[in-house]
Amino acid sequence: MMFDRPLLRFVPRGTKINFMRGRFIGLATSAVLSIASLILFFHPGLTLGLDFRGGIVVEARTQGPADFNVIRAALAAQHVSAAGVQSFGGPDDVLIRLDTPPDSEPDHEARTQAMVDSVRHAIATLPGAQVLRADAVGASVSKELFRNGMLALGISLLMILAYIWFRFEWEFAVSAVVTLVLDLTKAIGFLVITHFEFDLVMVAAILTILGYSTNDKVVVYDRVRENLRKYRTMPLAELIDLSINETLSRTLGTSCTVFLAALPLALFGGASLSGFAWVMLFGIVVGTSSSIFIAAPLLLLMGEKRLRRDARPPARS
Amino acid sequence: MMYYSRLRMASVIGVCLVGLALCLPNFIRQPSPSLPWRQIHLGLDLRGGSYLLLQVDMASVAADRLHALQDETRQTLLKAGLGYRNLATGPRGVTFTPRTPDETQPDLKALRAMPMNAPGEFRVEESEGGQVAITLSPDAARQRAYDAVTQSIEIVRRRIDATGAIDPEITRQGEDRIIVELPGISDPERVKNLLGTTAKMTFHLVADSAIGSAVPPAGVEMLPMSDGQGTLPVFSHVDVDGADLTNASASIDQEGGEWAVNFTFDSTGAQEFGDVTRANVGKRFAIVLDNKVIEAPVIRTAITGGNGQITGGFSAQQATDIALLLRAGALPAPLNVIEQRSIGPSLGADSIRAGGYSLAAGFVLVIAFMALFYGRFGWYANIALLANLVLMTAILSLFEATLTLPGMAGMLLTLGMAVDANILINERIREEVARGRSALQAMQAGFERATATIVDSNATALLAHVMLFVFGTGPVRGFALTITIGIVTTLFTTLLLSRMLMVRWYARTRPSTLPV
Repeated sequence: MMFDRPLLRFVPRGTKINFMRGRFIGLATSAVLSIASLILFFHPGLTLGLDFRGGIVVEARTQGPADFNVIRAALAAQHVSAAGVQSFGGPDDVLIRLDTPPDSEPDHEARTQAMVDSVRHAIATLPGAQVLRADAVGASVSKELFRNGMLALGISLLMILAYIWFRFEWEFAVSAVVTLVLDLTKAIGFLVITHFEFDLVMVAAILTILGYSTNDKVVVYDRVRENLRKYRTMPLAELIDLSINETLSRTLGTSCTVFLAALPLALFGGASLSGFAWVMLFGIVVGTSSSIFIAAPLLLLMGEKRLRRDARPPARS
Repeated sequence: MMYYSRLRMASVIGVCLVGLALCLPNFIRQPSPSLPWRQIHLGLDLRGGSYLLLQVDMASVAADRLHALQDETRQTLLKAGLGYRNLATGPRGVTFTPRTPDETQPDLKALRAMPMNAPGEFRVEESEGGQVAITLSPDAARQRAYDAVTQSIEIVRRRIDATGAIDPEITRQGEDRIIVELPGISDPERVKNLLGTTAKMTFHLVADSAIGSAVPPAGVEMLPMSDGQGTLPVFSHVDVDGADLTNASASIDQEGGEWAVNFTFDSTGAQEFGDVTRANVGKRFAIVLDNKVIEAPVIRTAITGGNGQITGGFSAQQATDIALLLRAGALPAPLNVIEQRSIGPSLGADSIRAGGYSLAAGFVLVIAFMALFYGRFGWYANIALLANLVLMTAILSLFEATLTLPGMAGMLLTLGMAVDANILINERIREEVARGRSALQAMQAGFERATATIVDSNATALLAHVMLFVFGTGPVRGFALTITIGIVTTLFTTLLLSRMLMVRWYARTRPSTLPV
């Protein structure tokens, strides 16, 4: 029967790649990338989205290609000055950004709302133009959303640490969380380079890749733990290599399916989801490679003495 | 591990069928109203509409009570014939100095008889320096703040219902916030204006003697005119409160030909209105809406019927809205819109299309991958994947959950992650086969060893997304919810359903080699 046997094979049977030999190259590459990301994080920094920056964003569709000068003039007639008028998506879609008054001023919330209405009125004066989306986030709310987003990120990392600690030895937990933090910095670097806006949806994307990345590490660690019991005298480096090779086709297979699932979203998901999906795709690649090149070497460095000593069978007299 | 009893098989298949039945309401029309018909709701980002986050001005709730307390104190002392100096309002209460120390005891007695809004709302006592202090209790203040939000929600609901909005959702958030969701209303300007108006109407006598004085005497306030032209001194004491209205409507005034708002008092209001107008014929009576004087006509005769009319140079829309606001009642405190998100219907339709295509394309890609790389067992995984999609839809329908755009992304990612469990099992079986195990042993070992890994990896993902659900807001919660549900359905479909398919196949054919 034609559906019976697999037509293709992902990874040849019984690979024996010596990953641990390249452990310092892997760690060094990761360190360089993460440091570069940190530098990018401080300068030029993340492009904060509306959720975290506060402000007004109005998306409008004009009849025919958008003329920015006409739009600026219409806005000026309503006494609002846009911080930015730019195109997005198609040629007849425009995105208008306004800064809100600082929250130190009284009535800043009411003035923010009045500004949104003015932008709507301005667009109403353009023939055939319609507002697709109008969002206004006050300064106090944006601070709160930012705090909640960071809280969700931080607590998730702690919970993952606690869970892995509970299920494995602490060397596993610490190397997993260190790897996750390195993954996280790279995702931030990616956001800075691509200019994708950092907002709540991006926090969701980052949490998802952290979840995915953890998942990947758990599978490799699971095998390491199993092999620690099975091969009591094998050196740890060799044992980790064996575990990675054994789980390699699963690791790559799962990355592939998740990648394939997210790819259409990146290509056709529309303005609001494609950024999310690209970060996901990046995270899948980083998460998969970090399981092999970062988490495993870290485990080797930290557990070289301890894990083997604990696993040694008690001496018989 | 390798045996499924009839009962177990029946229950696995039963769950899938129930899931299928629960999905139906999303695709066909309700045949009879008596059937429970639960379906997934589309979020505002998919169907178009507005989301408003309102904040109740708590400082003004407290300030209003203090203001009223000061007014009551003054009235009580005047009525009892007692004098006071330095009447002042602090952050927690009112203080004053009695005219002479001898009057302290009668002051305390009179003030302790003042009506309270709640038992133990305030204490009246002698404080240092011979002053009398009326202090509001913090508990009562908290309760008042809570009640103010509850009452605001009720009034917001009445006002929004009066605009004819369809399916509005009004919910409390945190201590002092209200979420208003208006499906289908992509321009919320009118609603915002209606909610941004307190609509507190009061009637005060005009303090004619104070006209022109720079600093108003005690008990008199300078209020701005609603047309922005100057101010008018009125007595702070509220003679009649607009809360006693039973009805209000807009109409064209027959004499002047301009728009007017007509109102009718209930019996208490009509009584008070009659009494005040009878006693003050010839004086001016100010109609104050939200601390602005709309008009201040001279009282010609006593008005006893309980009916009145305001003409303030309104447009038709203004008159209609004021009547609507008076009917719905005044807000206990001003509301501020602190977040607004509105999505037009065309963008929502675009998003549904984009999300739907991506979901379909991703699904097809994953199915093709599994079929190509895992053969028969890959197809079993694909059947489980389809069941997974059905069950996710079923659970979302059962909870009548709201599907948002990030929620659709969550479903897609769940599908990608769901086959991970199958991949783990299949790879393990391959390994065992490569080690020379028999078909039966290999499958057994595959299931056994992979289960712990599957549970571990899903548990960590579950933790991350529960956190996201707890701390997230808006669309992000939708994302976290679909993934959380997806993890649960994934555990079911892979650990029970796809395994059952594999075991049944083995029992049927008893193969000597496995298609891996």
